Amino acid sequence: MRVTIALARRALRNSLRRPQLLAPMIIFPSLMLAVNVGGLSHTTTLPGFPRVHGFLDFQLAAAILQSLLLAGVQLGIAVALEIEGGFFDRLAAAPIPRVSIVLGRLLAGGVIAIAQVVYFLVAGLVFGAQIQAGAGGFALVVAIGAIAGTGFGAIGMVLALRAKNASMVQGIFPLVFVVLFISSAFFPRGLLSSPADAVAAYNPLSYIADGMRNPIIAAISPSAVLEGLAAAAAVALVASVLSVLALRGRLREA
Amino acid sequence: MSENVRIVIALVRRALNEIARVPGAAIPGVLAPTIFMIGLSAVFGRAAHLSFYHATSFRTFIVPVGFLQGASFTGAATGVNLARDIEQGWFDRLLLSPTPRITLLAGLVASAAVRALMPASFLLAVAVLWGVHWPGLLALLLAAVLVMGLAAVMAFWGVTVALRARTQQAAPLMQIAGFIAVLFTTAYAPRQGLTGWLSTVSRINPVTHVLEGVRQGFTETLSWGQTWPALVSLAGLLVLFGALAVRSMLRTGVSA
Repeated sequence: MRVTIALARRALRNSLRRPQLLAPMIIFPSLMLAVNVGGLSHTTTLPGFPRVHGFLDFQLAAAILQSLLLAGVQLGIAVALEIEGGFFDRLAAAPIPRVSIVLGRLLAGGVIAIAQVVYFLVAGLVFGAQIQAGAGGFALVVAIGAIAGTGFGAIGMVLALRAKNASMVQGIFPLVFVVLFISSAFFPRGLLSSPADAVAAYNPLSYIADGMRNPIIAAISPSAVLEGLAAAAAVALVASVLSVLALRGRLREA
Repeated sequence: MSENVRIVIALVRRALNEIARVPGAAIPGVLAPTIFMIGLSAVFGRAAHLSFYHATSFRTFIVPVGFLQGASFTGAATGVNLARDIEQGWFDRLLLSPTPRITLLAGLVASAAVRALMPASFLLAVAVLWGVHWPGLLALLLAAVLVMGLAAVMAFWGVTVALRARTQQAAPLMQIAGFIAVLFTTAYAPRQGLTGWLSTVSRINPVTHVLEGVRQGFTETLSWGQTWPALVSLAGLLVLFGALAVRSMLRTGVSA
């Protein structure tokens, strides 16, 4: 556990010392949020759109999810850079449990995810959004976001361990938007065009987004929040197992 | 053909060779505008039911945004590539050659303008196959001029940042300017549909005129009333960012 915490602290320090890597996952989603809200606010009047205080409230979950996915890519790039630079091999040769190498990174990813969710919620409140479920709702959004962010970090780690170079991990950047666009993150599922509406029903991001959105736009609905928590936990669990397996595969190759 | 023109062509060919020889680096930039067009129209397609879209499909409305996004990505990539060349020392060797610096700058910017046609062509092909209205050759010619011009503007910006920062880590700064310039316009909705600060910003953002110049062929017929503001805005941006890039280019390495 001490090793995991030490590696997590190291990963966090590295992230804070290279803010140019952190900036895209905050700045791009913030700008997209601003543009979506400024350009598409009138869509809340469309038949079938849920009752919301404002389009900003509806879009907050989308911005959080986008930011968490980009953080997963950044975590993957950071790991790939350590592989390219040889630091990863030195860690693997150190007398520490190898699973700590994965867990340390994921713990750092979880902490960064909490900061991201809090940033977007506070920014939303500053610009006029309301969290209908109050402080409890705020905590639920943070919890779902932290679990999902850890899972996306694990996906980034799997990609880095398989690809072994940063530019290939960077190349999946557009895919982040593809998986987001085929979910209900940006718009209600019932208003998506075909076939995005059908795919969105099977996309775990839809449930994570809806789970985070529910406490923001309405009183807590246990089913939406539990589905969000379950989807986030499933992503985190599966991706974490895959990242441990990818690490073992990489160490066998080495 | 003058020596300077030959050098510009050589630099353009070098940039084009990079696409063929390192496709992994170019593919995301080519695909991204198409992914955005398909994704945004799948997600926000019903927005076109609002009256101020005048029955234009959201897909058709958003295609010109993809053209300008492609131009902006390409321009920024020119800056990132220059930063890489600076880091690896190749640009210093170029500066030592007897080529005028303005010619080197012209080569970099011309390569961005030519490369910007790649994502635009791919996007146009996918869009037309997917049912977007064919705008006609004249509208496409105007769109090509505006796309190449905006790519040149963004390349000027990328070059300015690269010469100042001298590191690829400045890439987000190069990319974010284009992101803001293209999206803080009537990208998602006509002027009547924009709310709050975006309505104000889009009115003063010159790229709004460029976007509407590209869009007119897709949503209605070409008119001089929408064409000249686009050309004048683009010319202004080229002069402003061109001056900044020339200044940076002429100062590079002077104090060293």
